[in-house]
Amino acid sequence: MKTWKEVNPGAVILEPGSARKFKTGSWRAMRPKWIEENCIHCLLCWVYCPDMSVKVKDGKREQFDYDFCKGCGLCALECPGKKGQKAIVMEQEGN
Amino acid sequence: MSKKVGITGNEAIAQAMRIANPDVCGAYPITPATDIMQRFTSFVANCEVKTEMILTESEHSAMSACIGSSVAGGRVATASAAQGIALMWEMLFIASGLRLPIVMGVANRALSAPLNIHGDHSDGMGMRDCGWIHFYSENAQEGFDNMLMAFRIAEHMDIRLPVMVGLDGFITSHSIETMEYVDDETGRAFVGEFKAVNPLLDIKNPKSYGPLILTDMYMEYRKAHDNVMAKVPGVVLEVAAEFEKISGRKYGLFESYRLDDAEIALVVMSSAAGTTKDVIDTYRAKGVKVGLLKPRLYRPFPYEQMGEALKHCKAVAVLDRADCFGGSYGPLFADVSNALYHYAQRPIMINKIYGLGGRDYMPDQAEYTINELIQIAKDGKVKSIKEYIGVRE
Repeated sequence: MKTWKEVNPGAVILEPGSARKFKTGSWRAMRPKWIEENCIHCLLCWVYCPDMSVKVKDGKREQFDYDFCKGCGLCALECPGKKGQKAIVMEQEGN
Repeated sequence: MSKKVGITGNEAIAQAMRIANPDVCGAYPITPATDIMQRFTSFVANCEVKTEMILTESEHSAMSACIGSSVAGGRVATASAAQGIALMWEMLFIASGLRLPIVMGVANRALSAPLNIHGDHSDGMGMRDCGWIHFYSENAQEGFDNMLMAFRIAEHMDIRLPVMVGLDGFITSHSIETMEYVDDETGRAFVGEFKAVNPLLDIKNPKSYGPLILTDMYMEYRKAHDNVMAKVPGVVLEVAAEFEKISGRKYGLFESYRLDDAEIALVVMSSAAGTTKDVIDTYRAKGVKVGLLKPRLYRPFPYEQMGEALKHCKAVAVLDRADCFGGSYGPLFADVSNALYHYAQRPIMINKIYGLGGRDYMPDQAEYTINELIQIAKDGKVKSIKEYIGVRE
């Protein structure tokens, strides 16, 4: 830990992207669950995620990155699913 | 060439801002400081400065705009008073905590309620612990000089803190006095080019301002702020010495007037100091050894230096143009008492509350206080530590 003599004046953070080092997933009470068979890969979840918890590879979505997901549920709310079946549902964390 | 002019305190502040040529001013009008920004906006309209003028919807927004512009990497100035400062209070801490060199002219005014627009130090005292550097000015000349020096002190690489420059609302802000400018060329060279530190607009080097700092680091940042505050008096004197070279006017952390051999002394800030000096001259002519100490740098308060300057006196009266409603004494009295407390031999202290809401401070109030000090120095008897003077009983 830094001493008072070592901290940056005004608490400015000079390292871009340093939020990656601070994993905020532990704040989560609700956990989004991805149901692959209902997913049409529209990527609305990726668009709406306020963090970067929806991983995408070659235009297809992949599993959640739970290190940063705070369980806000926006992805589940926006998910159009397939034929009325949601591809993302929220579950109680720890169940 | 510098020239003598007859102008108001507000014009003096506005002219100093014109010379400093800020990149951005975020402002919202409030009596009696409205006039500062009104005059300054005319400089903007006439292209005498390159300033981006942001007229906001409140003082909270004005200080927020100043903060945003300052972290973006510009020289920033504004002006306000009274309720305006009360409304910006939240942002004042953010400006200092982010270590932003914002300069603010303040025409010191009473706080509501009851609603009052006149000269009083309640607004400045309300922001005294916001982590800003505070100057109080006796007259238009000091307002101009302090404002020019404020940019140098705020932007000093060892400091980088916001600075407030106060002068008494209406009494100084709206009265026309003779004063001497520093000419534009000399003034601009003195203030110098603004050097940004970690500007947000340096987009090739992204950075973040205002992160959450919790139990593990908050105390370290506060200790660092306190440490910077301790460096301020040295920088203030360094800048004052340089200013003396271009202006011939000498400034210290405070002004001592006939104080060295004084047996009794008054401590009073801003415009009332002028009246007090006249009364002191009259008493000195009668052989009474009375002197005055006029604080200039109010935050950080130069406790050590002020203690040394006053410790030899038998009795000291501190005059406050604001009261703390804590069932205690005026704010300046508390500070001066702190400066003297640790001496084994120290003056007997009394506190007078005067001039609230612009009530005139008359020579007879200074005479009344000096007569009481003479009596205390003689018999050591204090009738009351704190007393309102110039009030109808």
